[in-house]
Amino acid sequence: MSAAAELRRVSVRLGSDWVVHEVSATVGRGEWVGLIGPNGAGKTTILRALAGVVPFTGEAMLDERSVISGTRRELARRVALVPQSPQMPPELTVAEYVLLGRTPHIGLLASEGHSDRLSAEHAIARLGLHQLAARRLGSLSGGERQRAALARALAQDAPVLLLDEPTSSLDLGRQQDALELIDSLRREEGLTVISAMHDLSLAGQFADRLLLLDRGRLVADGPAPDVLSESSIAAYYGASVRIVRENGSVFVLPRRAERL
Amino acid sequence: MTAWTLDTPARRGPPARSEVRARGVPLGWGGCAVAFLAGSLVLGLSIGPVGIGTGSIATSALSHLPLLDAHSPLGAIDEAILWQVRAPRVVLAALVGGMLATAGSAYQGVFRNPLADPYLLGVAAGAGLGATLAIAYAGAGTGELLPVAAFAGAIAGVAGAYALGRSAGVAESTGALILAGVAVAAFMTAAQTFVQEQHAATLREVYSWLLGGFGGADWHEVALVVPYVAIGSAVILAHRRVLDVLSLGDEEAGTLGLGVRRVRLAIVVAATAGTAAAVAVSGLIGFVGIIVPHTIRLLVSSSYRAIVPLSLLAGGGFLVLADLIARAVLSPAELPIGVVTAFFGAPFFAIVLRRARRVGP
Repeated sequence: MSAAAELRRVSVRLGSDWVVHEVSATVGRGEWVGLIGPNGAGKTTILRALAGVVPFTGEAMLDERSVISGTRRELARRVALVPQSPQMPPELTVAEYVLLGRTPHIGLLASEGHSDRLSAEHAIARLGLHQLAARRLGSLSGGERQRAALARALAQDAPVLLLDEPTSSLDLGRQQDALELIDSLRREEGLTVISAMHDLSLAGQFADRLLLLDRGRLVADGPAPDVLSESSIAAYYGASVRIVRENGSVFVLPRRAERL
Repeated sequence: MTAWTLDTPARRGPPARSEVRARGVPLGWGGCAVAFLAGSLVLGLSIGPVGIGTGSIATSALSHLPLLDAHSPLGAIDEAILWQVRAPRVVLAALVGGMLATAGSAYQGVFRNPLADPYLLGVAAGAGLGATLAIAYAGAGTGELLPVAAFAGAIAGVAGAYALGRSAGVAESTGALILAGVAVAAFMTAAQTFVQEQHAATLREVYSWLLGGFGGADWHEVALVVPYVAIGSAVILAHRRVLDVLSLGDEEAGTLGLGVRRVRLAIVVAATAGTAAAVAVSGLIGFVGIIVPHTIRLLVSSSYRAIVPLSLLAGGGFLVLADLIARAVLSPAELPIGVVTAFFGAPFFAIVLRRARRVGP
């Protein structure tokens, strides 16, 4: 399995603080890797470094080419980023919003061509948004907005998809729906997915592999059963949890510390 | 390639391709805007102390075309009034109005700020300082120096604001640019007031220039602004899809491959050059750059693909009508046109705002 994305001693400094410190990791093609860790661990910053929107030292590679080797436009055809709360101009329609995902394929001053409309239509259909294509973004529910953002990223036709907390604003059912959808997109469109995730149980069930970050450093890298343990979560999250293992899945249950 | 259609069993009938398309200018609204501009121009030409019928205007226009055997029904004086007094005036008003409205829409898009107008980054204060210096030190009340000085001042103001905003270290942030614009404008206004106080005799002249208007417009002034308006509005028009991309914010626009800083600079330069030229020949006319794009946003669409071209047309028509009112109400005296744009524009805008809120999503 060749590497779709690779970090070699990547560090990011904001002001005088290292928010990411010498992180090295490899993500195979078609893999789903979950970034986990407490608030401020550097999950979002790693995604932003891979998307080329934050300066870093070390090397970040996509498909064995550095992310800073080409133009911004070229990079946007290789990787798509869905931020935690994407800007959604309320008056744009879903179709118009998804079409904006085609920007890296359209000349700066040109307008969309037939192939761009087909790609956008494909993305809209894949996310089950065709009934909503003419609706304004401002009238969508949280789950629908999430799907619109994913459709825009899919329309970008980039082989690597970076998702920052893709389920943060969704209820439990919509969280599962969204993750299942991402998983089927990944399989059917042949995408590589790297996502920052809050919910450890869901992260463990959906991602092939988890990278646990703490204060900018990579502290564990492996399948969920290896990474998620009561002691590691106590150490890095400062949380008291119980781990339940069942049929190869790992469930992380928060529990209130016993009072003495 | 078409296998994905199998994933969407819920869809009935052929793919509704029309759904996945960015709305441009809706045909009906485009027609309305063209008709509004054309109607305003005809009204502006025909109404005045000497009334000239639309039929006479048309025949007279035809008589000026080569190869047509048409004879103007107008006498020499009416011909002169029509083509040497009124025509340059309405054409200039249309060019200035179209430019201010287009530049306003561009600024609102680039700064993602609904209150942005073309004077945001120091155009107004710079032009005011330039004009005051010219009037005070060169006695340029009506000379050819005044528009040049105003233009230079406007460009200097925006260039100063841009340089200051970028040197603030947060070049990415539009907030820094806007604050730099505030600082530069305050400084230039202070300098202008100082010069004005030192040369009290120029007060009236400076004031009447600042209020703006099209009295005394001639073809020479039209020729002066045409290149700037043509290039400025063409550049903004060409960026109309990019303005939609910018509505996603700088960072997301960047992850879509847009060189945000370069694009913003190109649009600001185009809008500033056009606005500075407009201000140089007409003074400071407020409200057009805000009211016209917002009216279109509320009535038609919030996509810049519609806002930019419709602002160009409707802005022109709006200012021609405002100028017509400015010269008709107190005839033969003239109201400052800024008074008219605000007095009639504000209530109209209030009505649009209320209606749009009621039927909106």
